[in-house]
Amino acid sequence: MANQLPEGYSAQSLQAVAGGVTTKVGRARSGERPAQYVQPSAFRKWATKEGSAYAFLSMYALMFIIFIVVPVLVAFLLSFTYFDTIQTPTFNGLRNYVVLLTQDEVFMRYVLPNTIQFAVLVGPGGYVLSFMLAWTLAQLPKIPRTILALILYSPSMTTGVAMAVVWKTLFSGDQNGYLNSFLLGLNVIQEPIQWLQSPQYLMTIMIVVTLWSSMGVGFLAMLAGILEINPELYEVGSLDGISNRFQEIVHITIPSMKPQMLFGAVMSIVATFQAGAIGVTLSGGNPTPQYAGQLIVNHIEDFGFLRYEMGYAAAVSVVLLLMVLFFARFANRLFISND
Amino acid sequence: MRRKKSSSRFSGIRNRGINPQGFHTSQIKFYFILLPLVLFMLLPMVFIFSHAFKPPDELFAYPPRFFVTNPTFKNFNDLFSRLSRSGIPVSRYLFNSVLVTVVTVGASIVVSTTAAYALSKKRFKLKKVLFAINTVALMFVPIAVTIPRFLIIERLNLMDTFLVHILPGLAIPVGLFLLKQFMDAIPDEVVEAAQIDGASDVWIYWRIILPMIKPAMATMAILTFQATWNNTDVSTLYINSESLKTFAFYLTTLTTTTSGANAVAGQGMAAAASLIMFLPNLIIFIFLQSQVMSTMSHSGLKG
Repeated sequence: MANQLPEGYSAQSLQAVAGGVTTKVGRARSGERPAQYVQPSAFRKWATKEGSAYAFLSMYALMFIIFIVVPVLVAFLLSFTYFDTIQTPTFNGLRNYVVLLTQDEVFMRYVLPNTIQFAVLVGPGGYVLSFMLAWTLAQLPKIPRTILALILYSPSMTTGVAMAVVWKTLFSGDQNGYLNSFLLGLNVIQEPIQWLQSPQYLMTIMIVVTLWSSMGVGFLAMLAGILEINPELYEVGSLDGISNRFQEIVHITIPSMKPQMLFGAVMSIVATFQAGAIGVTLSGGNPTPQYAGQLIVNHIEDFGFLRYEMGYAAAVSVVLLLMVLFFARFANRLFISND
Repeated sequence: MRRKKSSSRFSGIRNRGINPQGFHTSQIKFYFILLPLVLFMLLPMVFIFSHAFKPPDELFAYPPRFFVTNPTFKNFNDLFSRLSRSGIPVSRYLFNSVLVTVVTVGASIVVSTTAAYALSKKRFKLKKVLFAINTVALMFVPIAVTIPRFLIIERLNLMDTFLVHILPGLAIPVGLFLLKQFMDAIPDEVVEAAQIDGASDVWIYWRIILPMIKPAMATMAILTFQATWNNTDVSTLYINSESLKTFAFYLTTLTTTTSGANAVAGQGMAAAASLIMFLPNLIIFIFLQSQVMSTMSHSGLKG
């Protein structure tokens, strides 16, 4: 594989060059074609006409197929099997799905409600927040806007490991923890709280931390979208009787930037489900304390890599992918039906 | 320059509303809303900076103090002078991270720009279908298919190789999407004119398209950089030999395996390491942010 990448590339470029040359030749002397062009095979015709396009696509397509399409298909197929990673998978029909829906108490009692609660607050919550912040930022001149946008965006660059250190220190459970010390100092609490280990706080902390880092690509897209809107639209709007900022947002801003709104929505849905590891990162173990921060992603990991029930884990993955797709469809509807 | 002139003439209008040219008192209320939020967002990042330079007695001071009073480089010295438990120096992890990130960013730009060129400027039958598939894949959640990916990587004999850091991160649907949308803004006539002059596809791609899509390439670079630099999953799941693991992974071991006498040093080293993790993200984004914004104005997704 190590040598194949550069090699593959040069082969394609050669092919692409060849494609370019033959079209030129073909065009230049359409009357007197060389012998091999007398009866061009269907394949050769296709190769000159469309081949270079596919050559350009090939590297991406290969990676896309190996690491996105095939995994999704494999997950789908595995979800109908029993597979413990040692023996070959055995087909067991819809059993995994039936067990998931009827017998998996942890899934029904903790994972699903947690995921829905987390997704609803972080997804639409973060989305509305990023639109409002983007809109507010757009009311400022370029330099302060850029600085503030950079600050708001920067948490989203640091999700994961670097932040885990910070959050663990801030929410540390003994009296040395920054939050505990602060609240003890204010006399709000009498003794230190185990923030990250107590089921009643973990979820809230997860939501706050994820919202904090949710001003990502979608937020930048919306900010750019708002700035792109033709200012004349607002002038026309004010002639048409739009009198306040709120009406302006509803009737002009949002309708003129629907594509960006949709892009932002898709990004925030994906980010929400992608953020699932946060509970485990914060609490330091899977499963999270009393399953309080257990999200669907952790459930997959729990069954796949801790219990080696890959078939079952695959079924949960399929459910997760379907959930994402469902929410994305919903967002799609939201921004099309208003047209 | 022309804009500046008109702004001085119509300053009353130009300094209000969306994208104003200068300051106006009506903007104060927006600063009033934004500043507290921005401060809140900024706190953890200020904390990273201040925590990394704290000497041990301040790291464990009671009551804890947010800001450092006697800054020191001790944590960084500790970090780079210590070997990991398996005898690998920290610089090795850092070297791996830098190498993996540089190669991934470079390769993903080549892979995605070539594909975007085909999808944007070439004519072929499956063009619309393929772009639609990529758009659906925007909704792809990589974390959901960790298990099948694991099986595939095992089957391809990529386990425990350098390539496993790079290959899975090359196809980024969002990146291709942004590049293609940005490329669509280049008029087809430019490409057609070059074709009539006898330019090959490779020449057009290299000499015409790439120079015109620099902002989108910068954005793509940032997205790939963040995904790769901060990635710990690859080292955790697919790599067994310590010498191939990355710095991000090493940081996770600092916070989880510190016990006894190491706990004190571990805290300080973790603080220093998290600053090292964070800084490149910030620096790159600061340099490329204007490019990112101009890419984002093409980011619209039609339903």
